[in-house]
Order: sequence, then structure tokens, then C-alpha cells
Amino acid sequence: MAMLHTVNKSPYQCDTLESCLKHVGDGDVVLLIEDGVYAAMKGGKAAELIANANGVKICVLSADVKARGLEGKLIDGVEVVDYGGFVDLVVETDKTQAWL
Amino acid sequence: MSEVKNFLYVNRKAPHGTIYALESLEVVLIGAAFEQDVALAFLDDGVFQLVKGWDTSELGVKNFQPAYTALGDYDISKVYVERESLEERGLTEDDLIEMTYEDEDDDWAEKSSIRIVSREEMAQIMRDSDVILSF
Repeated sequence: MAMLHTVNKSPYQCDTLESCLKHVGDGDVVLLIEDGVYAAMKGGKAAELIANANGVKICVLSADVKARGLEGKLIDGVEVVDYGGFVDLVVETDKTQAWL
Repeated sequence: MSEVKNFLYVNRKAPHGTIYALESLEVVLIGAAFEQDVALAFLDDGVFQLVKGWDTSELGVKNFQPAYTALGDYDISKVYVERESLEERGLTEDDLIEMTYEDEDDDWAEKSSIRIVSREEMAQIMRDSDVILSF
């Protein structure tokens, strides 16, 4: 029963991502969207949260990465998906939880 | 000239995710028309507003980043960016857009408006301002 979790808040502004990662299960996918993509920035404090998320696939939405000038600034192991890829993730998982 | 006050616009939000960054920019541009002494401060997630290379085409919203680079034309020459906020986010000054102004006291030489300051200096800048508008 894999779940998709979306996180749309900056990890520096609130603890949404932290709480999300405390509630994920093996095989789940976390998709960072909107200001959530800042968590995947190389060299940032929040990147540690991502690096320590074992057994969970971390994705970022490309439109939000590009809009913020973060192309080439992401940590390794994070998958970049477009809007079509977002839909695929919704379909492939059993349900979606939007962490707001 | 004693009527002139020091205005400080404090920016603490990332762009796009909320409307604060764009609204701040609008207010700064309006305020600039009133010939006050204007300074901008970027700290916490506000530093993300200055990260260069935005491409907002897929978001379907206007790319308002060029407006920041035009602030020099409105006599805005003081843009304070907090060093600690940059470091916590893995950023350096090289990741930021260029912001310049022409110095009338130095034969209109083009100079950078961006001043990287420490958290302590930022606190002092806030204390020294007459009016603070926070976004």
C-alpha cells in the first residue's frame, strides 16, 4: 500500500516536511512541490532530512524547480518529474496525502 | 529635508509559493515614487527571491525577477542580504542576481546594491530604520 505524499511548504518556514518524513512508510513517495522544492537544495540544512529518508523515493516537480532557479542545485538521488510524472505518481500509488 | 524617513522593507518569504514577494516589490516601487530613503532587507526564506535563473514559463505566472534588477533606476541602492540565511540554505553571493545603481557622488559609477551583512548587522539596520514594512 504505497502512498504518495506531497509537501508544498519551505522546510525553513515550517516543520511540514519533517512531520511528513516521520509518517512515511517503506515504498512511499514524497513529491516536493511549490516552496517544498527548497528542501532538495544542495548544501542546505534541510537536505539532511532528505538524505536520511531511507526507503522513500523523493521527487521534485520540475516546473517549481525551474521557476526558482534551482536547476543544477539539487542533491543527488532526487528524481525530477514534470506534471505528467506527477499524474503518474498519483495513479501508481494507492492514495495521496497532501501535507499542507 | 528632515521630513525624509528611512524606510526598510523586510522580505522573509520565498517567491511564488505565496504572494508576499510580488506584493513587496509592488509596494517598494510605489514607495520609491515618494522620494523617501528606501532600503531592502532579505533574510530567512526571503533570500530565495534573489536566486538567479528563474524560468516561470511552466508555472504560468509572470517572471517578476527582472523588476528587482530595475530597482537601481528608482534610486534604491541599499539591498541588505543576511549572510547566515544564505549559508543555512547552501547559497553564496554568486547564486544571486546582479543589482546595481549609479552613484551620483562618484561620477555615476555603476555599483552593486547588494550588501551581504551579518545577522547582528541586520538587527542594527532594523533598529536604525524609522519605518519597517514587513513581508
